[in-house]
Amino acid sequence: MNDRLTLGERTFGSRLIIGTGKYDSPRTMAAALEASGAEIITVAVRRVDLDASKEESLLHWLDPDRVLILPNTAGCYTAEEAIRVARLGRAAGLSDFVKLEVIGDEKTLYPDVLELLAATETLAGEGFTVLPYTSDDPVIAKRLEDAGAAAVMPLASPIGSGLGIVDPLGIRFIMEAVTVPVIVDAGVGTASDAAATMELGVDGILMNTAIAKAGDPVRMAEAMRLAVQAGRMAFEAGRMEKRAYATPSSPVAGRVGG
Amino acid sequence: MKTTSDEIPARAAETGPALEIRANGETRSVPPGTSVAGFLARHDLDPDLVVVERNGRILRRQDFDGTTLEPGDELEIVHFVGGG
Repeated sequence: MNDRLTLGERTFGSRLIIGTGKYDSPRTMAAALEASGAEIITVAVRRVDLDASKEESLLHWLDPDRVLILPNTAGCYTAEEAIRVARLGRAAGLSDFVKLEVIGDEKTLYPDVLELLAATETLAGEGFTVLPYTSDDPVIAKRLEDAGAAAVMPLASPIGSGLGIVDPLGIRFIMEAVTVPVIVDAGVGTASDAAATMELGVDGILMNTAIAKAGDPVRMAEAMRLAVQAGRMAFEAGRMEKRAYATPSSPVAGRVGG
Repeated sequence: MKTTSDEIPARAAETGPALEIRANGETRSVPPGTSVAGFLARHDLDPDLVVVERNGRILRRQDFDGTTLEPGDELEIVHFVGGG
């Protein structure tokens, strides 16, 4: 299939991006990654625990030759913090990609788009491939693109909520407003949400909790792989027109006894 | 700020009094002459799996060995963990 996702200077065979948070074990995470077919996986940057006995690194479970390891700036509330964390993530030496998060509200985890915009501009200027998590606002999405974002990643509904797309219109407006890829980040709950999101024509989906907190995360990861593919294919195929009344699928003429 | 191991004879330096630094927000005592690489080794940390910021500047891995800790140094030592 030559339907591929291009972000910055890299191209990916999967439109599904998954997170590594909230899994019961790294083994389950690794199995879910495999089942999802994702080629990009997010990680967080945190202080090591100096007093812990030797911790197993998350990187033991991820092969950087097979997946792009995408550091995030989760938990940052200012552009300054996010820029610092982005630089630390890049210094790991795996890539210049960053999933840029600057949170503005603890309860909803909505982004502070003013700080986000400032951080995007700085990091893009430093050569980062910036993927900002943003609100579903086409105006700010365009501003992020102008500031050098390699994609925009609007939320579908609050992070970890599993509510699906609350405002499909906002996502459509963003797709019209920008030329960079649009990746829906956050809010997808189950496979039908993922398919419906892809049917809007977005370029990809980033999800974490929907897989990690499913009853069987590995099976859900596979369901998400299929749903993202199915939704994309349906979008490319072009759906039929909706109409109010029935039209028979079989010929009206030539009925037996007619 | 940077000293190489050639400039400081590690063995002689380590006989002096311990010095205090801050690492990940906590005060730590280290023998004088301890390099960043030495500090990581003391805490059983693989230098290839962490990123170190010293006094607000990110240290390149190739400089871990040649960077000697000084009193009052502020280290941030980070790694990747699960996240979305």
